[in-house]
Amino acid sequence: MSILVKPNTKVLVQGITGSFGARHAQLSIDYGTAIVAGVTPGKGGQYFEHGGVKVPIFDTVADAVKQTGATASAVFVPPPFAADAILEGADAGLDLVVAITEGIPVRDMVRVKRALEGNTRTRLIGPNCPGIVTPGEGKDSHGGCRIGIAPGYIHKKGHIGVVSRSGTLTYEAVWQLTSRGVGQSTCVGIGGDPVNGTSHLDVIKLFNADPDTHGIIMIGEIGGSAEEEAAEWVKKNCKKPVAGFIAGTTAPPGRRMGHAGAIVSGGKGTAEAKIAAFKAAGIGVAVTPSEMADTLLKMM
Amino acid sequence: MVFNTSTYFEMNIHEYQAKQLLAKYGVAVPLEIPAKSLAEVRPAAEKIAAAGSAKVVVKSQIHAGGRGKGTFKSGFQGGVKVAGSIDEAVGFAEKMLGNVLVTKQTGAAGRMVQTLLLAAGAKIKKEFYLAVLLDRANSRPLVMASTEGGMDIEEVAEKHPEKIFKEHIDPAVGIMPFQARKIAAALGLKGDLFNAGVKLITGVYNTWWECDAAMVELNPLAVVELADGKETVVALDAKISLDDNALYRHADILAMRDLNEEAPLEIEASKFNLNYIKLDGSIACLVNGAGLAMATMDIIQHCGASPANFLDVGGGASKEQVSAAFKIILQDPHVKGILVNIFGGIMDCNVIATGIVAAVKETGLKLPLVVRLEGNNVIAGKKTLAESGLTIISGDTMADAAQKVVKAVRQ
Repeated sequence: MSILVKPNTKVLVQGITGSFGARHAQLSIDYGTAIVAGVTPGKGGQYFEHGGVKVPIFDTVADAVKQTGATASAVFVPPPFAADAILEGADAGLDLVVAITEGIPVRDMVRVKRALEGNTRTRLIGPNCPGIVTPGEGKDSHGGCRIGIAPGYIHKKGHIGVVSRSGTLTYEAVWQLTSRGVGQSTCVGIGGDPVNGTSHLDVIKLFNADPDTHGIIMIGEIGGSAEEEAAEWVKKNCKKPVAGFIAGTTAPPGRRMGHAGAIVSGGKGTAEAKIAAFKAAGIGVAVTPSEMADTLLKMM
Repeated sequence: MVFNTSTYFEMNIHEYQAKQLLAKYGVAVPLEIPAKSLAEVRPAAEKIAAAGSAKVVVKSQIHAGGRGKGTFKSGFQGGVKVAGSIDEAVGFAEKMLGNVLVTKQTGAAGRMVQTLLLAAGAKIKKEFYLAVLLDRANSRPLVMASTEGGMDIEEVAEKHPEKIFKEHIDPAVGIMPFQARKIAAALGLKGDLFNAGVKLITGVYNTWWECDAAMVELNPLAVVELADGKETVVALDAKISLDDNALYRHADILAMRDLNEEAPLEIEASKFNLNYIKLDGSIACLVNGAGLAMATMDIIQHCGASPANFLDVGGGASKEQVSAAFKIILQDPHVKGILVNIFGGIMDCNVIATGIVAAVKETGLKLPLVVRLEGNNVIAGKKTLAESGLTIISGDTMADAAQKVVKAVRQ
């Protein structure tokens, strides 16, 4: 088992003909992921071909879903069009929309989040995230489901769930696990933007409910209070060992001109506050980013 | 730029520019004229005096708070002064323009004042606080207001949270008139001032939304007495920061960017799509990915030294970017050693290694350099570094690399 996606999940790629989307669609096909459709408005009827796989391109997500039965999507469209692409995926009834795009204006995401309120069907992950990987059983975890831009080969099928706001820091944690012979159930990059679809807490709840996940690594950063909220829930409800790391202890507090941000965050959001919340919740804190895997493995 | 989270940046603008934006959305602002040279000061002060104001306020325009209590490097006290005559205003301007102002927010280096804002002296009856920003907890816009304006508002929030009135706005409909009325009532405004307050609050919210602002803050928003004895509400001071990611659709706001307020190295870095922020330590770092870059800074500190910078070369760094990054790092005279930490997920470690070797040769680097490479094609990358004939120390893990660079710098 795994969370959110399985090795046989049918995936479509929004923006498959752009250079970024095309490159990662190819890498996902190489990894053995079922990329069943591409969407690029105006290029419907054409095909995206790679490694002997012929992926049909559609003008709309609705068409792609109807024709191929895709249930998840990777959004690679440029920032000005990304909000529209995300909501198009939700409108087509997808279970999962993973927005990889970096640089979407906050206001656009505020509107997207509002539009998705009450939508129990579609889960948004991201934006500005590396995506999601459920490793497969083959060599270098081949045969898994890779939605996004994470390197597939660093993974290994197993029982640790990884959730993180940062891309390369996620890879670091995954690689530490794999290098120690420890595999992952699913790895989720939720993205670093101020407004995102899925929080640390949402993913932790899924890992807690997944019988195949035996331990969790949660990686956070300064800013917001999502890590604190997740820690509070872990303290009361989580039955599995959780280890964490917070990046940004040394980041300057900001050359901020105003005070409004400090008032609304009420002391939350600093690395110190997040680490304290982790400790209070019994979450193992990796003192340095080199010890993320070892901190968890010691608890298991 | 503001170091908000690792990947989200904001652009600041000056007070006079903020007020130009606010005025566009119907917010009442005082009579004010910006001046960029001494020649512009006298006519501006004359215009203000002619409008009936006995006093002229001279305000230094820099991207930092605490201007009123700041000190110029010349020893002149106060970045905001109230002049009783046109001549006195010009005298203040001479002491401010072209001089460096140090406030509690600028750091010891201070900021060169290159623009002044001349304003009519206001007879302040009451001061309020008003701000709009995103509440990350529920992804909704939030308007905050307080009767305790003109003070240290963070202290008010901490000691008297009940004095901060908060109203969330539904982005699907925007600010409704009743919400603006609730806020005006919370500020205790009555009669004509109540109606003027509702208009102003609505305008402030609309400025935030329409300009893609990260934050709009009025401190103070004030009730002032006009020359004819009537009272009105105006935005006496204003700060606006903007979402960097949305500037592509606001050419007018992008034109307000003041490069004089940004560190030269950060401007240089942005030309190569590098995210660079200068810090005060001695160990420079060059990393791919913002989260990993922050974590690398953290581990340097954990090993007993301080990072000289934050530098994210991005997910698909090229040879040219690596070369540019080295040149930028080396312009910081405090740098004593360099730590390169690359997790090449998709990118080829050998491309990075080739870029490092070229950059070291090009710059004639003499400082200790520790490189930690991991990921795609790492064996070829390490081989390139080892066979380069250069003194490059190899680190196996992040911790190993950080320890090695700290040790090398101490020797």
